[in-house]
Amino acid sequence: MSEKSNNNPGKGGIKRRDWIKAMATIPVLGAFGVSAYAKWSSQGDKKTDVLKTLKLDSIKPASVKTQSNSKSDLIRIGIIGFGVRGEQIARALGYALPEWLNKQSEENITTWSAQDNLNVAITGICDVFDLHANKGLTASDYEYQPQRIKAKRFKSYKDMLDSNEIDAVVITTPDFHHAQMAIDAANAGKHVFVEKCMTRTEDEVFEVEEAVKNSNIVFQLGHQYCQNAAFRQAKEVLRRNTAGKITLIETTTNRNSPHGAWIRHTNPDGSLRPGSPQNIDWKQWLGKSPTAPFSVDRFYNWTKWWDYATGLSGQLMAHEVDLANQLLGVGIPYSCSASGGIYFYKDNREIPDVFHAVFEYPQKDLTLIYSASLASELDRGRTFMGHDASIKLGNTMEITIDPKSTQYKSHIKENLLDTSQPAVVFDPSKDKVDAVTSATEKYYASRGLLYTYRDGKKVDTTYLHLKEWLDAIRFGTPVSVPIDKGVEVTIACHMATKSYKEKRTVFWDPVKRRIV
Amino acid sequence: MVNQWTKVPKLNNVQLSILVLLRVLIGWHLLYEGLAKVTNPNWTSAYYLEQSGWIFSGVFNSIAESSFWLPIVDFTNQWLLVVVGTLLILGLLTRTSAVIGASLLFIYYLAQPPLFEAVSMQADGNNLIVNKVLIESIALVCLAVIPTGQFIGLDRVIYLVRRDKTNV
Repeated sequence: MSEKSNNNPGKGGIKRRDWIKAMATIPVLGAFGVSAYAKWSSQGDKKTDVLKTLKLDSIKPASVKTQSNSKSDLIRIGIIGFGVRGEQIARALGYALPEWLNKQSEENITTWSAQDNLNVAITGICDVFDLHANKGLTASDYEYQPQRIKAKRFKSYKDMLDSNEIDAVVITTPDFHHAQMAIDAANAGKHVFVEKCMTRTEDEVFEVEEAVKNSNIVFQLGHQYCQNAAFRQAKEVLRRNTAGKITLIETTTNRNSPHGAWIRHTNPDGSLRPGSPQNIDWKQWLGKSPTAPFSVDRFYNWTKWWDYATGLSGQLMAHEVDLANQLLGVGIPYSCSASGGIYFYKDNREIPDVFHAVFEYPQKDLTLIYSASLASELDRGRTFMGHDASIKLGNTMEITIDPKSTQYKSHIKENLLDTSQPAVVFDPSKDKVDAVTSATEKYYASRGLLYTYRDGKKVDTTYLHLKEWLDAIRFGTPVSVPIDKGVEVTIACHMATKSYKEKRTVFWDPVKRRIV
Repeated sequence: MVNQWTKVPKLNNVQLSILVLLRVLIGWHLLYEGLAKVTNPNWTSAYYLEQSGWIFSGVFNSIAESSFWLPIVDFTNQWLLVVVGTLLILGLLTRTSAVIGASLLFIYYLAQPPLFEAVSMQADGNNLIVNKVLIESIALVCLAVIPTGQFIGLDRVIYLVRRDKTNV
């Protein structure tokens, strides 16, 4: 076809034949419109149906309560232990070290500086290591916090508790110091934010409980996971019985690096990290634990020894057990059987690097299985298994309908619910609840690669957890992990540790309040 | 030189029909991609941009993280797809729309080219350097250099009006 043969160039006017050629493809648009409409209308119905069937059509996206801090009183905080976690806590409170800021991407700094000012000052730092203490002093003087008061260094936490320039303390020491410090702080009337694991031993749990209950302080245990928006929505989903009766929770924490296995005493080039008896008060560090010669290994890698911590159970499992307790109120388990071994990191450690614990909650008709490896990074996720659906929880929440569900039997029979893939995905980075749309979205959701956004901002869960504690101090609002919940989760951890060490099933005696 | 690019080759009926078919199919594809994004209130290019590999990843990542640029890029992208798709089907402003469509697709390609190490979530099939996005982009370049709208498409009206004017 050419211009010449069809159009007689040179002669004016548009002929009928030309109009036909000009408009020849317009019907394609019509066909497109009809097919797109057909597709969308069927999809739209399906989506509403799925959400309605699952009783989730009216669920609201999780949001953060933002209480204004501007009119509130300044809270003066003392940080006990300024290691890695202490630094993170200080940042969450709004105080960063220049060396951290220099290493961060613009994005990280934007996220961090978008946090609301909590109107706190870090007025005290206590650390047995001069280097760490000095870092704390530097952070406390962060120039962009107008309310800052340069911290004073306290050589002992008891001096800090005696100071009237401290309203509240954050305890971020190695685990074996937590209990005594929390007790003394409560007795001194200082509000307490203590990192997990709350205590190293069973006895200490009740001592902390008693001290906190006999005081008027606000206590929060550092299980910041519960601040994750997806978990908050999960609680609502469970409340609505969308998944039916939950009888099994399977939760896992796999990681695969020396750092993740608590080998932290060397620099990337293999040299030892700083620290010597000259600048570390080793006697104070050891506290009441058995005497041991100074070693950088022990100082940085304390998690490896039973004298200082409870291994995987208190470090990583604690968060998982707390989550189950937050979502389902499971309380203290009836029994626990734990097992595992030192299978990969055959160094001088005492704690297992592969570890599993099975908790029974007969009063809730429920089993919780925790399984961890420090020598594999396979993401095994965290799943709540119900008779009608299973809920997979990460940064997002995926709800998959069970093919043999009773609640949804008729819907499954009529093909109104697809059981082969997640029926609903909650993604807190989006401000909406939606049924699954595309394979890509599913992929991201399952990997938890999506950020958590609130009001267009990425938010740090530690910041939210601290903010909740500060709000409680100021306004009397509740905290997520008060002492009662702290006792429940910590007893569960000690049950697992005891079971592993004694190679037997252990039980909780609710009358004597002892692990037996 | 310009003439060489804009000169329309003589095509026989089969050649022209196949090129028009190609144009309409690509138009359909882009239009639906665009409309699917426009009608999904949750759609954002952020995930695609965040996963960007290769040398331009810095640019794409920073767009994904920018609360200023991301909405602009999302809006422009989805509506350009709709407009370009519609124009290609109609054969209206064919050359311009083919160039814009080719550029859009080439940007998608640059964001996530299937290089040696990259694993793309969006990949269908196995790709090495060349993938379907790149091929579709080059197909649009073909449609830009061999425009068909003035034979089959609304460009014919423009073409005939212009021709009459120059001949008067």
